[in-house]
Amino acid sequence: MSETDNDLRELYQDMILDHGKRPRNFHVIDPADCEAVGHNPLCGDKLVLFLRVGEDGRIADAAFQGTGCAISVASASMMTEMLKGKTAAEAKKLWAYFEAVCKSNATPADMTEGLAEDDIDRLQALSGVRHYPVRVKCATLAWRTLESALDPKAVKKVATE
Amino acid sequence: MAGLELKKDFPVFGQKIHGHPLVYLDSGASAQKPRHVIDALTRFYETDYANIHRGVHDLSMRATDAYDRARGVVQKFIGAAHEDEIIFTRGATESINLVAATWGHENLREGDEIVLTQLEHHANIVPWQMLRAQTGCVLRVVPIQSNGDVLLEDVLAALNAKTKLVSVAHVSNALGTVLPVEEIIKAAHDKGIPVLLDGSQAVSHRSVDVQKLDADFYVFSGHKIYGPTGIGVLYGKRAILRDMPPYQGGGDMIASVTFEETIYQEPPMRFEAGTPPIAQVVGLAAALDYVSSIGMDKIAAHEDALLAYATQVIGEMKGVRLIGTAPRKAGILSFVMDGIHPHDIGTILDSHGIAIRAGHHCAQPAMEALGLAATVRASLGLYNDEADINALAVGLFKVQGIFG
Repeated sequence: MSETDNDLRELYQDMILDHGKRPRNFHVIDPADCEAVGHNPLCGDKLVLFLRVGEDGRIADAAFQGTGCAISVASASMMTEMLKGKTAAEAKKLWAYFEAVCKSNATPADMTEGLAEDDIDRLQALSGVRHYPVRVKCATLAWRTLESALDPKAVKKVATE
Repeated sequence: MAGLELKKDFPVFGQKIHGHPLVYLDSGASAQKPRHVIDALTRFYETDYANIHRGVHDLSMRATDAYDRARGVVQKFIGAAHEDEIIFTRGATESINLVAATWGHENLREGDEIVLTQLEHHANIVPWQMLRAQTGCVLRVVPIQSNGDVLLEDVLAALNAKTKLVSVAHVSNALGTVLPVEEIIKAAHDKGIPVLLDGSQAVSHRSVDVQKLDADFYVFSGHKIYGPTGIGVLYGKRAILRDMPPYQGGGDMIASVTFEETIYQEPPMRFEAGTPPIAQVVGLAAALDYVSSIGMDKIAAHEDALLAYATQVIGEMKGVRLIGTAPRKAGILSFVMDGIHPHDIGTILDSHGIAIRAGHHCAQPAMEALGLAATVRASLGLYNDEADINALAVGLFKVQGIFG
């Protein structure tokens, strides 16, 4: 099997195909505490992210709606699963780690500090996009949208280009 | 069906992509370059290069000759009556912007209408929206059918006493639809309305004769017809061009300059301010010489047969739906697959050396009209053959295998 086939298999592994086909938390939260729209102008992918924040300041519920490729849908699906029970700071830490692994498989050890192993595994699964530079924006669209959802001052619309 | 067997003329096919022979089905985005064009560019830079219309020295005269000769090559290629009706631009996009900024600005007033269709490329939408913002003119959009066709009667229904221009694609870049341009032009002219045709997706697939068409403006890009990037053509009828104000000011477009008054050159020089893309013009002429040496009618017959074959092979695949099945098409097969996003298809096909385009193809209104965010687009060039279509079909089976 060629290197290309391996890369392809890593990108389209079962967990991603499963989330891409049957996204979790694929619905509207109404009313939501935070809402943000993410948009990939080059490919037309769009997603709306909804967050409900509990009394304790942790994300009580996360959901999304939209259209996109398997990578962007799977990424949004897995992200909404991971977000539940996290504080904004914890969510940002996950994003920082994910952003790093999308660029390189050699990530500094301190980036994983305090992250749940299960979350690391999921983000690692998506990191196969690093072999496909043009697809990194698909994998990161949901996370960039989250970044804008968590920023109270930001315009609630984010483009990845 | 025998191919034209022209891959040998294109050095790009001498390599493997991810271990596979290159199957290039993205000529609608940009066509590959034949050795003939690459050599012409190299030769020009190595032996004849200098600035044009300025020098008394030998190189400048040679470069000027090559540049001026190219205008004649383009004139003959599209059947224009006069050489001075050919204006060199950076591409079809700039050609349309030029018409909007000069002719449009001069001739459109608040409430005047420009007729477009729903399948236009963004390059034939946005310049008119910018003109609308400046003049208050109105864009009237002709709807497309669910099969991607544009009906003549719908275009006719959009024409009225306020219509000042019809600006439509000759061939749709997203769907391959060939528009009934002869009839549109005749109907528009009956009402005294000029017509601009965006020929970006037409000139590489069909023999085009602007006089037979009676088009008032015709635009295309060099890079889609096997020439260099950064060079395009605006054809305009002599009488119209002569009344148009300049586009940009600078050198080469003036007859004389004082700080009190500047006299502009006659067309085409009036519209070619500054040092033009000289080598690209020479390269474009080489590309047109190349396709002419094969014969546009032969190229059209080959591509039409190949498109029919692709339509059958890909169209019959389970889980594949063709997008754009108008009765008259050229060079483009757009499709979607059940439950699989075009970008995932594009990545998997690429791993097999197959280059297609996935997305909205810079025609978002057309995609929206058809209820789609994106399609896969396989677009043909003269070098494609049945083996390429078979490879695409195999690639799509592999896509279905992964997403199974």
